[in-house]
Amino acid sequence: MNNQRRNVLKTGSGAALLSVLAAAGIIAPGMALAEWNKTAFDAKSMADTLKALGAAAPAESKDVQVTGPDIAENGAVVPVGVTSTLPNVTMVAILIEKNPNALSASFNLPAGTEANVQTRVKMGQTSNVYALVKSDGKFYMANKEIKVTLGGCGG
Amino acid sequence: MRQGNKYLTLATLLAMAGGMGSTAALADKSTDEIAKYRQMIADGNPSELSAAQGEELWKTKRGPKNASLEQCDLGLGAGIVKGASAQLPRFFKDTGKVQDLETRLMTCMETLQGIDPKTVVNEKWLKGERDTMASLVAYIVTESNGEKINIDMKPAEMKKMYELGKMAFYYRSGPMDFACSTCHADTNKRIRLQDLPDLRSQKGAAAGWGSWPAYRVSSGQFWTMQHRLNDCYRQQRTAEPIYGSDVTIALSVYMASTANGGTVLTPGLKR
Amino acid sequence: MGNPMKIRAASKDGITEVKVLISHEMETGQRKDSAGAIVPAWFIKELTAKHNDKVVLSSEFGSSVSKNPYLAFKFKGGAKGDKVSVSWTDNKGDSRTDEATIA
Repeated sequence: MNNQRRNVLKTGSGAALLSVLAAAGIIAPGMALAEWNKTAFDAKSMADTLKALGAAAPAESKDVQVTGPDIAENGAVVPVGVTSTLPNVTMVAILIEKNPNALSASFNLPAGTEANVQTRVKMGQTSNVYALVKSDGKFYMANKEIKVTLGGCGG
Repeated sequence: MRQGNKYLTLATLLAMAGGMGSTAALADKSTDEIAKYRQMIADGNPSELSAAQGEELWKTKRGPKNASLEQCDLGLGAGIVKGASAQLPRFFKDTGKVQDLETRLMTCMETLQGIDPKTVVNEKWLKGERDTMASLVAYIVTESNGEKINIDMKPAEMKKMYELGKMAFYYRSGPMDFACSTCHADTNKRIRLQDLPDLRSQKGAAAGWGSWPAYRVSSGQFWTMQHRLNDCYRQQRTAEPIYGSDVTIALSVYMASTANGGTVLTPGLKR
Repeated sequence: MGNPMKIRAASKDGITEVKVLISHEMETGQRKDSAGAIVPAWFIKELTAKHNDKVVLSSEFGSSVSKNPYLAFKFKGGAKGDKVSVSWTDNKGDSRTDEATIA
């Protein structure tokens, strides 16, 4: 399903159709062909999430990196990023092992977009944070532990 | 003597070996890591979202008089926003009062737009006109980022407010007998991992005053200085001051003038 | 429709870096309000970024993305003056599109 979506997005006609629909105000761009992966976002464990993403057994890779602080002052805003030097990266995702639902966000990267995405996530507690990367059709993973503290009263 | 030296050497070695495990060293290391965390989130301060709304509101015709705030005089002349909050609070001749940014904005809202200050004073934090106020503040303080804190202490009214502010800073009240000074009048004090600035010193006051108003990560909200001060009183477990009341302005004058010469870092980004 | 996003796009050495700040509550659906009632989930599910008409990023968010989401990414190409647009859709069906000019 996701492959089909990307194929359509890759072709000029798909993109053109998307913008026509958007321009007509019928549909918001991004809504058109999106199929939010409910199974993956609803999954609780790392294993179930990876399965739902079609990435049952990703290989650990030194060419994938999770960027983020060692300690987050507040779990409500934890800066996390994924970078990779692997070739032809078409997808990256951020997973937080100890969150109620492990998957936080996934990004499809069309050709020309770098495997370097930064965002901010909520973390309920100290946890391993995983970066999942799809390169040349295969999945790779790396992780980093981020400690979460709760602060004092002031600022 | 030899015995003593040997003992000292051993003690030094032990201290070196165990040094990293000591509470102080751990706290320092954590403080460094938290400084890195703050650095990482500094770019992309969500205050920008409030500031954008505030700029829009500044230019929007509102209130019974259907006017914008573009002719508001924040102290540097009508309509001048750039650098204005770096010089607030200040004494305003037209109102005969020392005003902070928020009370000055209430004056402009009343005179230019016909909006009753009570609609701000009696509102809840981040609701209605007080939410409008927060957005306006976000916009205005962003326009002073990088400026030097420059509080004009020459007017007698400012000196009076400073003395009142200093008194309020040390005034103990509430069931815990807390004052502002309980937490903010010591060097190297912290609560858990948060360093507490010593607001009596120029450096501490510049760090504290200079980085508020701010976006608070914990609440996901932009807080004005009035909001921040109110929360100090709440945590002191004592009566919360009326919005824009003299005591809040006095405390601001005390902190801001102590911070004179420091750099404005607003809008800040706090845990 | 939500409040406007802040989009910054800058081109350097043939690479365009895009930074986006979005105004959104991003409620997890797991938090209780002061009355003890569950605050319903309300979060952005999909976000698409385009350079002129070409999609340069399409992402899916869960509710654990922080309130007022921040996103930064880079793509090859993009010249000063080109448009970068970002659109999101949330779980209530609300959506918003904003654009910026590459600096």
